[in-house]
Amino acid sequence: MAERSSVFDMIGPVMIGPSSSHTAGVVRIARAAIRVLGDQPEEAEITFYNSFAQTYEGHGSDRAIIAGLLDFKTDDKRIKKSLDHAKEKGLKYTFKSVGNASTFHPNTIRLVLKSGNKEVEVIGESRGGGVIRITEVNGFTAGFSANLHTIIITADDRPGSIAFIADVISQDGCNIATMSVSRKGKNDIACQVLEMDSGLRPLTIEYLNSLNWVHNLIYIPNID
Amino acid sequence: MSFLFNGFASWKEYCETQQLKLHQPVLEYETKQKGRSEEEVFNGLLQAYEVMKEAVNSGLSEEMSSRSGMIKNGAKKVYNHPVTVLSPEFQKLISRALAAKEVNSCMGRIVAAPTAGASGILPGVLYTLQDLHNLSDKKIVEGLLVSAGIALIIEQKASLAGAVGGCQAETGSAAAMASGAIVYCLGGSVDQVFNAVAITIQCMLGLICDPVAGLVEVPCVVRNASAAAIANSSAQIALADVSAVIPVDECVDAMGEVGQSMETRYKETALGGLAATKTGQQISKRVLVQDIEILPDEDK
Repeated sequence: MAERSSVFDMIGPVMIGPSSSHTAGVVRIARAAIRVLGDQPEEAEITFYNSFAQTYEGHGSDRAIIAGLLDFKTDDKRIKKSLDHAKEKGLKYTFKSVGNASTFHPNTIRLVLKSGNKEVEVIGESRGGGVIRITEVNGFTAGFSANLHTIIITADDRPGSIAFIADVISQDGCNIATMSVSRKGKNDIACQVLEMDSGLRPLTIEYLNSLNWVHNLIYIPNID
Repeated sequence: MSFLFNGFASWKEYCETQQLKLHQPVLEYETKQKGRSEEEVFNGLLQAYEVMKEAVNSGLSEEMSSRSGMIKNGAKKVYNHPVTVLSPEFQKLISRALAAKEVNSCMGRIVAAPTAGASGILPGVLYTLQDLHNLSDKKIVEGLLVSAGIALIIEQKASLAGAVGGCQAETGSAAAMASGAIVYCLGGSVDQVFNAVAITIQCMLGLICDPVAGLVEVPCVVRNASAAAIANSSAQIALADVSAVIPVDECVDAMGEVGQSMETRYKETALGGLAATKTGQQISKRVLVQDIEILPDEDK
C-alpha cells in the first residue's frame, strides 16, 4: 500500500509551472544527472522521448532541463529564463526528439553530459507529481529516485562484493532502502546502486573508493 | 489516526467525540503521521499562502504571455474592465483566479493546490475572502487545513489527477477544497462545510480534461475562474443550510465512479473534446515539436 499523502502534498508543492511532470520532474532529472557527472557540465546532449518528444517546448521542459543542469531548484523563478543563464555560463546544449522508443516510459529524457574529459550518460523518467526515476547510468541499469541518499559503485563482478559494501555502509548506521545490481557479464564489471535513508561519512566514501576492485563511486545526497 | 480520512462522516464523528474544531484533526494527522510540529505546519501553510498571493499579484501586474500564444494577459484585462457584470468583488475574484493560473501557464511560481492545473482556484478564492471579510492569516491557514483534509479524502476515495479522473478531479477537487474553506472561515458548522463540498462536487461532476495541444492553458485557465465562482456559489447555498441531499461521502464516490468510466481520450491525453476540435488540432500542429526522429527498429 502506498504511503498516505501529507497536507503539503495537497497544498503544495511550491513549484514553477505549468506541470509537475514537465517542469519539476524534469529539473530534478537534470539535478540528479549533474551529480552523476560530479561537475557543472560544459556540454549537454538532451534527447526527449515519446510524449516528451512533442510537448517539451510547449511545456517549457527545455528550460526546465537546462535549469536543472545549472543546479536551479524546482521552485527557482530563474527557470523561465534558464536559456539566458546557460548562455552566460557558457553551457552548450543540443535538443533532440525521438518519438517511438517503445521500451521507454512516456516521459523519458536521455542526457549526455561532458565536462573536461569526463562524460556521463543518464536516462531518467518523469513519473508525475515531480517524482522521478533514474533508470540508467552509463549503460548500467540504475533505478533510483534521488530523494534519498544514493551511491553508485562500479566494481569488479566478484563474490562477496555486495556483502562487503553493505557491511561498510552499515557501519555508518545507514539503512538501505533499495538496491539494484547489474553487470556487463560474468566476472566483468558490475554496477551496484543503493538508496539509503541517511547519508554516508566522507571517510567511508573515501575508503570504498580506495578499494582496488572498485573502479568508480558516485555519491548523490538527496537532490532537493 | 489514519482511519480519520476514510471519509467525511468519520471526520465529523471524530470532531464531535473529541470536541475539536474541523481543522484540528488535520493538524493532528500531519503532526502524528508526518512528524512535523504544529508550528512547522502552520508556518509551511502560511508560506504557501504567501506564494499564492504573490502569484495573484504577479498575474495582475506582470507580463503574462505563454509560449504558445494562447494565454495573453487575460487576468489584467478582466481586472481593469470598466463593465462590472455582478459586483466589483466578483470581478476581482474571477481576475485573481485567472491571474494565479496564468502565472502557472507562463512558468511562474505557484502552489499546486491540489495540482498545478488547478493552482488558481484557492489563491483567487482565499485572497478575495480575506480581503472582503478582514480575516486573519491564522484563520486562512485553518481554512487551508480544512481544504487539505477535504483533498486527502478525495485522493483516497476518488482521485486528484486529470489523467485518472478528468478535470473534475483537478479543478473540481480544488473548488470543493475552496468552498469548504470559505464556509469554515465564515463560521459555518461542520455540516455546512461538508454540504458546501457536496454541492461543489455536484456542480463540477463529469468535467473532462481536454487540454488543447496538451498544454495546461486552454481550457484550464478559464476553468480555474469558473471553479472559483462555483466554490463561492456553493458556499452561499450551504451557509443558508440548504441541503445537498446526497451526502458528501456519496458525492465523492460518484466522482470516483464517473472518473473511472470516463474514456481515456477525456483524461489529459489531448485526444478528445476541445483538443480534438478543428482549431484545437491546428494549434496543436503549430505548437508541438514536429522535428521528431522515428526509430527504425522497435527494439530501440
